[in-house]
Amino acid sequence: MNRMSAIIEREMRKFFRSPTLMIMSLMMPLLQLVIMGNAFGGKIVGARVAVVDYDHGPEAVKLRESFDAIAANIKTFKTIEYKDELQAREDVRTGRIDAAIIIPAQYSRRVYSQDKPQLGLVVDNSDQFMSGSLEAEMQSLVTALTTPVIQPRLANSIALEIVELYPYVNYMKFLLPLTVSLAMYISVMIGGGMLYIDDKARGVHEGYLVTPITKFELVFGMNIAGSMKAVLAGICLTVIGSLTAGLGVIFHPMALAELFCLIVAASIAFNGMMFLMMVRVDDPLVPRAMFGVLNTLLLYPSGGMYPIAAFPRWLQAISVVDPFTYCVHGFKAVFLKDGGFAAIQYDLLFLFVFGIGTLLIATPLFKRTL
Amino acid sequence: MEKPAGNAPDAIVVDHAVKRYGAFEAVKDVSFSVAEGEIFGLLGPNGAGKSTLIRMMTTLIPLTGGKAIVAGHDVAKEPDAVRRVIGVIPQALTSDPDLTVGENLSIYAKLYSVPRAERAKNIAEVLEAVDLTKWRDAQTKTLSGGMRRRLEIARGLVHNPHIFFLDEPTTGLDPVSRIAVWEMLDNLRRTRHLTMLLTTHYMEEADKLCDRIAIVDHGKLVALGTPIELKHSVPGANVVEVHFDRETPEWQKRLEGMEGVTSVQAESAGFYRVLTSSGSKTTMQLVELAASLGETLTSLSVQNTTLDDVFVHYTGRQLRDEQVKPPVFMLPPRPGAQP
Repeated sequence: MNRMSAIIEREMRKFFRSPTLMIMSLMMPLLQLVIMGNAFGGKIVGARVAVVDYDHGPEAVKLRESFDAIAANIKTFKTIEYKDELQAREDVRTGRIDAAIIIPAQYSRRVYSQDKPQLGLVVDNSDQFMSGSLEAEMQSLVTALTTPVIQPRLANSIALEIVELYPYVNYMKFLLPLTVSLAMYISVMIGGGMLYIDDKARGVHEGYLVTPITKFELVFGMNIAGSMKAVLAGICLTVIGSLTAGLGVIFHPMALAELFCLIVAASIAFNGMMFLMMVRVDDPLVPRAMFGVLNTLLLYPSGGMYPIAAFPRWLQAISVVDPFTYCVHGFKAVFLKDGGFAAIQYDLLFLFVFGIGTLLIATPLFKRTL
Repeated sequence: MEKPAGNAPDAIVVDHAVKRYGAFEAVKDVSFSVAEGEIFGLLGPNGAGKSTLIRMMTTLIPLTGGKAIVAGHDVAKEPDAVRRVIGVIPQALTSDPDLTVGENLSIYAKLYSVPRAERAKNIAEVLEAVDLTKWRDAQTKTLSGGMRRRLEIARGLVHNPHIFFLDEPTTGLDPVSRIAVWEMLDNLRRTRHLTMLLTTHYMEEADKLCDRIAIVDHGKLVALGTPIELKHSVPGANVVEVHFDRETPEWQKRLEGMEGVTSVQAESAGFYRVLTSSGSKTTMQLVELAASLGETLTSLSVQNTTLDDVFVHYTGRQLRDEQVKPPVFMLPPRPGAQP
């Protein structure tokens, strides 16, 4: 135990003497949280929509008044007057405007005579987010216009009542579970992967190997130290990230305990995985070449950015064995849903089993000689 | 097997050691033994197999064949017992640059399971021995190369080993630091009664430090003995270095034909190293020869046989030839260029 603690002591002293390394492993995920949290998940504001009015009737005026109400209130788009539909289409195509709404001739008459009144919406569907937002906005506008002013006494259509279990989750909050996972992964990648290979290349391990330390003590000493660094990164990001994203979960002791368990389990899992991958590597360039790709390979199938159910089957198979999946799922359950231990028990189980399993496979692969 | 002189028991016994990497044989049937309290040197050029030998004896790499016994323990069967009684200074500087001198030593004391009560005393003693006491709290990265090498030596001594292995302990050091390390090692041997096995490619280092020297070349042990024995084993008591003003094809033949000359080695154009049984006689003959031929001597010196001459004698080439190897990769001639 004394020899194992010497390895841990050395690693931790080294870690605390490299403030740049510590800051980088924390700052990068935090920056990602702030930038991506603000870049994605926002609402469209100030889109330019052309209005080509061939009707000029009372219903067309009513419609344009609704557009003005949107421009003045939620500001999703503002309208620009166009005379010619062809010109409007061309300007949407060239990107001068974002969409065009066509009010055809006889529109008002068709509304009054209930003779299939139609409006045209030209969108640039190469930008799915913009076109989707404008379509949704226009659809809700049309629905509102179609709804009779006086509701029928007996409802004859099926209504879907949506019950939202949790308060509104903005993108920054949604991204927090992934960010904390990423911070721990980066810490393991640098502290457990790159530094391990660099030490090997510099001959530090040669120094260890001539001492009476056992293979078990050496492997577990290095892995405990690596996991401790990841736990520190996880705790820091949980606290800073929660406050940045506006989540008060860290002020609830029970949730804090759940988060700590998840952080420990995920750190062991990430560290075990990294050690298994690096156990026979000697060239310091290999981890540097691997980590960029590995990051993508593990991060995206985790469901942290996009739902796993939307993946093809082969990608879903990767998700099943990806520790990120369970890490992200567990953090989501605590950060966003207050799910308690019941919601994270399988995540904890997988992460612990995965971590211990990878370490048990890596230990016999670790060479006690050069 | 080559046995050391005297009655001291063997600290290290290497018996027909072989190390193969696939088809390549890095160590070829090497046998020798080192007596307790002896400083034993493995001398040879880079790539001769010295480090491979030391790594086999320190349990870092397994032997392919043969046996190595260190402090009475077989390195293959009882590696942990071997590790407890040896101190090893690897070729590279491997102390952690981010830790202080004291922390580096403390961590290694723990790795060697030095009891807590003895740890502080041992660290203070080894720091004193290598003259780094006042640098105890300095970060290792702030030390000079010579001081870092001394720290490595202190690290290898922190658990009071019986046998000390040093792989090229002065490589990369300036001449002043090198001499300081030699003095320190000699002092350690006397005060701590250590057995030392060191590898080096510096002739002077082997000559000054070692009680016995084994010359290793291409994985084979080609000669073994005390520095004096090795020098005496070379025919010719003196070396005459002569530099003629210009080179002629006859010089080599004329020099070899002189009385008492045992070998002639051409160093460069007009420059020869002549091994002779009588330096003074050969010198006179050389002056007379130059005068009779109307040639001019640029320089002429006489010295005793050195380990360099021993190495040339046993391997057929100079140690420094190996250190400055010609480039392996040659650029192909430019298309159309004249040869």
